[in-house]
Amino acid sequence: MKAKVHVTLKKGVLDPQGKAVENALSALGFGGVSGVRQGKYIELELTETDPEKAQGQVEEMCRKLLANMVIEDYAIDIAEG
Amino acid sequence: MKASVIVFPGSNCDRDVQVALGQSLRRQPDMVWHGEAEIPETDLIVVPGGFSYGDYLRSGAMAAQSPVMRDVVAKAKKGVPVLGICNGFQVLTECGLLPGALMRNAGLKFVCKDVHLSVEETESVFTGGYEKGQVIRIPIAHHDGNYYADDETLDRLEGDGLVAFSYCASDGGPADGSTNGANPNGSARNIAGILSDTRTVLGMMPHPERLSDPALGGNDGRVLFDHLVKALG
Repeated sequence: MKAKVHVTLKKGVLDPQGKAVENALSALGFGGVSGVRQGKYIELELTETDPEKAQGQVEEMCRKLLANMVIEDYAIDIAEG
Repeated sequence: MKASVIVFPGSNCDRDVQVALGQSLRRQPDMVWHGEAEIPETDLIVVPGGFSYGDYLRSGAMAAQSPVMRDVVAKAKKGVPVLGICNGFQVLTECGLLPGALMRNAGLKFVCKDVHLSVEETESVFTGGYEKGQVIRIPIAHHDGNYYADDETLDRLEGDGLVAFSYCASDGGPADGSTNGANPNGSARNIAGILSDTRTVLGMMPHPERLSDPALGGNDGRVLFDHLVKALG
């Protein structure tokens, strides 16, 4: 199974890197852009074939390592493949 | 008194800690490789600065899951004092021994310079050698030293006297980010170092081991190591 994980900063946590990207976009001439926030995307391949078990495994991976639960949220997408 | 310094792949301040601590201890601390599942019996554990695991994923995130850290956490829970410096502080927040998280510096740049710290709390084995309110000068060198915790945690840290060091102006005046630039990284409440509830774990971003020798510019860091040896020896 293939897992796709998005790790993003929790709402309310300041993101100066996102702000820097926003400023750079503006400098490039892209108007009307605001609220840029930068996150991480992680792909995993699992030998587990049961989607529910796979989901559980990846959730545990997120809580223990892939995301810092103090400042980050995670979203998991499990698919065949 | 025995002391152990943990070494991860990518740690680079372990040798400075060995020298600074060894100077106060008058013997060499044990250098413990991260792969060791058990640290030999010890009176103090130091998690040093550097770039463990290249700061991949998040600074200190993978180091916190190293076999050795399981034993550090177990020993910390039994009351063995643990000092985390810079990357070490990051590791201690990642493994839950200290609350909050260290994020990218607010100014986005790697900052490498001396800063002034106000010693906020002296009731601990780490800070007992200083006077409360004493202003000391210690170098920092980090990209991800911006201390973050929610307001409830910050209030609790301040209320319970668990803020060990805060960034301040050279005259001891409060750091006011915009005007005097004394807070180098945007840390909440100007926090530079915090203690655990038990006051047996300290995490700090500045490097006391880098200012423990007058020949290298100052001695303010030495006080911390000397007091640890006095309190635990």
